[in-house]
Amino acid sequence: MTELEFTKSSKVTSFFSDSLIMIKRSSRHILRNQDQLLGTFFQPIMFLVLFASVFGGAIEQALPEGISYIDFLMAGIIVQTVAFGSTTTAIAITNDLQKGIVDRFRSLPMSNLAVLNGHVVSDIFRNSISTTVMILAGLVIGFRPQADFVGWVGIIGILFLFTFAFSWLSAIVGVFAKSVEAVQWLTFVIIFPLTFASSAFTPTENMGKYLKLFAENQPITQVVEAIRALILGVPVDNYVISSIIWCVVIIAVAMPTAAYLFNRKTNE
Amino acid sequence: MNDSNKVITVSGLQKSFKDNDVLKDVSFSVQKGTMLALLGPNGAGKTTTVRILSTLLSADAGEVKVDGHDVVKDPEGVRSVIGLTGQSAAIDDLLTGRENLIMMGRLYRLTKQSAIARADELLKEFDLVDAADRPAKTYSGGMRRRLDLAVSLIATPPVIFLDEPTTGLDPRSRSVMWEIIRNLMKKGVTILLTTQYLEEADQLADKIVLINDGRVAAEGTPKELKDKVGNDQLVVTLKTSKDFNAATKQLKKRIVRTNDDKRKVVIPIASDGKDVASILSKLQASKIHVESLDIHKPTLDDVFMIMTEKQGK
Repeated sequence: MTELEFTKSSKVTSFFSDSLIMIKRSSRHILRNQDQLLGTFFQPIMFLVLFASVFGGAIEQALPEGISYIDFLMAGIIVQTVAFGSTTTAIAITNDLQKGIVDRFRSLPMSNLAVLNGHVVSDIFRNSISTTVMILAGLVIGFRPQADFVGWVGIIGILFLFTFAFSWLSAIVGVFAKSVEAVQWLTFVIIFPLTFASSAFTPTENMGKYLKLFAENQPITQVVEAIRALILGVPVDNYVISSIIWCVVIIAVAMPTAAYLFNRKTNE
Repeated sequence: MNDSNKVITVSGLQKSFKDNDVLKDVSFSVQKGTMLALLGPNGAGKTTTVRILSTLLSADAGEVKVDGHDVVKDPEGVRSVIGLTGQSAAIDDLLTGRENLIMMGRLYRLTKQSAIARADELLKEFDLVDAADRPAKTYSGGMRRRLDLAVSLIATPPVIFLDEPTTGLDPRSRSVMWEIIRNLMKKGVTILLTTQYLEEADQLADKIVLINDGRVAAEGTPKELKDKVGNDQLVVTLKTSKDFNAATKQLKKRIVRTNDDKRKVVIPIASDGKDVASILSKLQASKIHVESLDIHKPTLDDVFMIMTEKQGK
């Protein structure tokens, strides 16, 4: 038998190497789960084309002069895709919990949190695919972004932060849910209202009083407006800073909550 | 016995889930390099015990030490010396067999080279070379269990927990698993096996702890437990019902059981076989024709029935 060699590393470095191993695992899942991968490609294209062609004519009237609906829509649909995409984190975690594999991980000298980390971080990987596909498809049907290099860096940065924040929220749902079906309707109930009661697809001006108040102050609108301003090359007002604050707050709350719930659930 | 030889010690273990007292009082110990089988019916508390021993669950009371590490004070230490094979194969379906092994090896803190080399070795040992680079979801039930066990051996832990490793396997896969487990024992690892199959405990274990309803109902070597149940039994099958009637008349006092089709009689005997000779010569003297003879050794089934009945009362 081979002489086995063990790595000698501190708690902190092992946490990072465990997380890396788990990220690699979850990323492999993304590439091998072909049904989901197809969804990653086609769902955003479908949304984009449907919204642009069905709502485009009507909503364009409400937009400021010279802005086409596709340019307006793009930010909304990217954020919506990322928000919907984050639900796969919940599904992956529920799946892991239902099978014996979490017990296996917990019987190893590794960090529990690394399992969640793997799913959350690999979400960024999958969302990058979706977003890239969608921007390319948008360019084909008339999307003309005005963003310069700094603008794009800003867009990518905010999207990363937003994906991370929503995936951690989604991780909480994943720990709570008793089945994959439950994840689907739970996220449906949370993510659908958040994305539609926002400025993602239509300006908020014509919404009712209370809806407008909600829409203008919820995180998705902040993120959409920040990215939209960067895409259109117009001043970003406070949207970039408020997006960052929202995302950081969500991460600061959701990450430890998910980790705590995960530990508690697995110790039942 | 010397305490330092005890690799696993469990004393006064208690655990309840809400109103359900799963473990009321469980104590046992496992000697270095031996296998102890925790035997019991469904719901007896076997899996709960293993989950506590492998740090997955915390006990309400009691003390558990594995290879010198206390499960409460030093769970990391426990995790670094154990390998766990649970009831449901805990492998990643979307990864290949080889990827599963290497991933788990890395999580056990093996270096990359060691993990790769050890994965190769285990794939060969467990006859999984041909399937090594296929996703685990394409594996048969027996292959999954083999991979699962291989995964728990990746870092050659000195203590192994096998929680019902053959439940749900077909007889051929089961005997393959048994062979693998026997080989494991030759390497000197300490094993705690749980099973609801008496035959499995009988075949593999050095010592058996019978648990029922959250308590230890009996413990000892398979032989000691069987001796508690009593004697060997001679089963005589007679040629015709005429022979049967003659035999029952002749051996009346010694027969404990006859069967309904009036062909078989059952007689308790001493294990040295002297009784068999005297019974046969009696039958022969009376010209009673015997078709076949069978000696029935008491099985753990019998032990199991008797012990669990006692507890119920």
